[in-house]
Amino acid sequence: MSNKDAYWEKTKNHMFVTLGLWAFFSLVIFMFGSELNTMSFLGYPLAYYMTAQGSLLAFVIILFWTANKQEKIDEEHGFSERGDD
Amino acid sequence: MFKGDFIKNLPKIYGTYTGGFLVFIILMAIAEQAGVSAKNIGVMFVAFTVLIYALIGYLSRTIQVDAYYVAGRQVPTVFNGMATAADWMSGASFVALAGGVYYGGYTYMAFLVGWTGGYVLVATLMAPYLRKFGCYTVPDFIGTRYGGNLVRACAVFVLFIASFTYVTAQINATGTIASRALGIPFEAGVWVGLISILICSMLGGMRAVTWTQVAQYIVLIIAYLLPVFWISNKVGGGVFPHLMLGDEVARLGELEQQFGLVKNSAADMKAAGVPGGLKYISGTHSGVPEGGMAVWKYLSLAICMMVGTASLPHILMRYFTTPSVRAARKSVAWSLFFIFLLYSSAPMLATLSKLALMDPNLPTGIIGKSISEVQSIEWVQRWSEVKQVFIADFNGDGILQLNEWFMRGDVVVLATPEVAGLPFVISGLVFAGGMAAAMSTADGLVLAISNALSHDIYYKIIDPKADTAKRLLVARVLLVIIGAAGAYIASFRLTSILGSVAWAFDFAMSGLFFPLVLGVWWKRATRAGAIAGIVTGILSGLFYLLWVYPKFSVPIFGGVNEPFLGIDHLRFGLIGAPICLVVMVVVSLMTKEPSPSIQKMVDDTRIPTGKPILGKQ
Repeated sequence: MSNKDAYWEKTKNHMFVTLGLWAFFSLVIFMFGSELNTMSFLGYPLAYYMTAQGSLLAFVIILFWTANKQEKIDEEHGFSERGDD
Repeated sequence: MFKGDFIKNLPKIYGTYTGGFLVFIILMAIAEQAGVSAKNIGVMFVAFTVLIYALIGYLSRTIQVDAYYVAGRQVPTVFNGMATAADWMSGASFVALAGGVYYGGYTYMAFLVGWTGGYVLVATLMAPYLRKFGCYTVPDFIGTRYGGNLVRACAVFVLFIASFTYVTAQINATGTIASRALGIPFEAGVWVGLISILICSMLGGMRAVTWTQVAQYIVLIIAYLLPVFWISNKVGGGVFPHLMLGDEVARLGELEQQFGLVKNSAADMKAAGVPGGLKYISGTHSGVPEGGMAVWKYLSLAICMMVGTASLPHILMRYFTTPSVRAARKSVAWSLFFIFLLYSSAPMLATLSKLALMDPNLPTGIIGKSISEVQSIEWVQRWSEVKQVFIADFNGDGILQLNEWFMRGDVVVLATPEVAGLPFVISGLVFAGGMAAAMSTADGLVLAISNALSHDIYYKIIDPKADTAKRLLVARVLLVIIGAAGAYIASFRLTSILGSVAWAFDFAMSGLFFPLVLGVWWKRATRAGAIAGIVTGILSGLFYLLWVYPKFSVPIFGGVNEPFLGIDHLRFGLIGAPICLVVMVVVSLMTKEPSPSIQKMVDDTRIPTGKPILGKQ
């Protein structure tokens, strides 16, 4: 397998992991909205909290994490851009 | 000014600008104390900020194609994040989001998740690869990847439908705010709004729009957050409302029990003469509706908004302006961070606003008081005059019940500062923020449409030999025409027939999502597949919309149709996009695989380093 193929393989896996996290915070937890709402977080009912703030925050964190991880993959395979931002 | 070290000086420039704006707010506060009328303060806020944007637009004028279409590809990560956030958050987000949460509760907040979660798709599937590709517009990618004018034209068609649906609503919002703040008729407000929008974009294209959008973001975020924090502290909600409103949410639950959530019959409301568009509280604030259908309604709306976000050209094209692929990825993260600041505040504002009106222990509470007393409150009188609030004493007991208080959703943002007793300077600030939000989105949309028409239709298809001066002239003329067409439709208030901004997401998702994703992630996708996918996707989506939306289905199909699986007019992308995917895959597999040169192009798109596929054009 060439370096390019190996790079793309890793990038693809990373994409699936990111989308898995995305699906968890955007879809899976809201399948159980009424169950979650019996629990509480910071005094808010949990499902209410997640849709008002929690999932939004999770997306922000996922995005920074995923960009950093992808940069590491770039570096490992010598496709990293330097000093241009 | 906009050369060389301008980019290095950005933090200083916008830092000074922010400081200057804060000083302006303080000056206005002093002016208010000195007896300047509320109306004049509103005028000064809007006029001052719009003049600043116009100045930035003028200073960013350019005669270079690269600067006009992609801001010279030198916008730093964080600033592009701010510009995208302003591009994204429309007048509707600013003015109507909190009202939507106020009335819609949990179910409505599927929009919040949808309008933020979509950025994960943008970052993983689209932005870095489109940036590497080096295209000027979204159809530019489709046209080059799949090859040919027909597929390019199809992409422009989808872009046009999606963006134009959206832009009339934005110009409408600009007009509404301009007319209220400046005290001029709505029709005149629309044209004032349009001129402001064009000044910001015409001379400098994407470069001018980028730097005005950053300035607009700063205004709109200050205008949104300052009142939220102030009100929270004033009504005892805590210093940091986002983390401290748990008790208030619980208290709202108690108050709902105490007052009772009653549904009014349509006949009662008609008899009482409730003006159109005004709503009353009939659902719980934090409760989750029971049942599988409710869950599906939530999820399906979130899916449509997320996938639509990742397909909207005016957002994707913002990531063409970063200096590198790596910067494009980071920039998506910063965009969402800046969006998060406003979106996470909307539910807090809704909570505070509701509590201020409902809690009898607070001096601002009105529910449960006598109607004559409520009617003598100054803000109630003022907003009643313009038919934004209404009281109907259904049971005739002279006491205001929860179901007897009607209010337009926008009032939550526009009037809560007044209700909570904040000085008028804050209301003026909110006007300026709403104007900034509506203008920045309208700018981005008008530019996306006119760039696609000038670059993809005029330059790539009609006259590939056109020189730079001619291309930029055509781009500017189209910009004015598109803007004027949007304003013309908005000034006749025809927007009600264009329906919801959610349609723009569904259109974009139906016709563009899979052609874009598969263009990068599936080498086997062919030109015939893409054309078939785009055409069937957008047409099936459009057909379903006509079939399911009563305003269309009654004249066309002679009756109201029951939505299939709960997929109503807000969610028709769930019909269009899967059809697009299936058709695209089947037709691609039936046709010959793309040539080695196209396959190499896709390979090159996938790695961040190396030359872009399309360079300066």
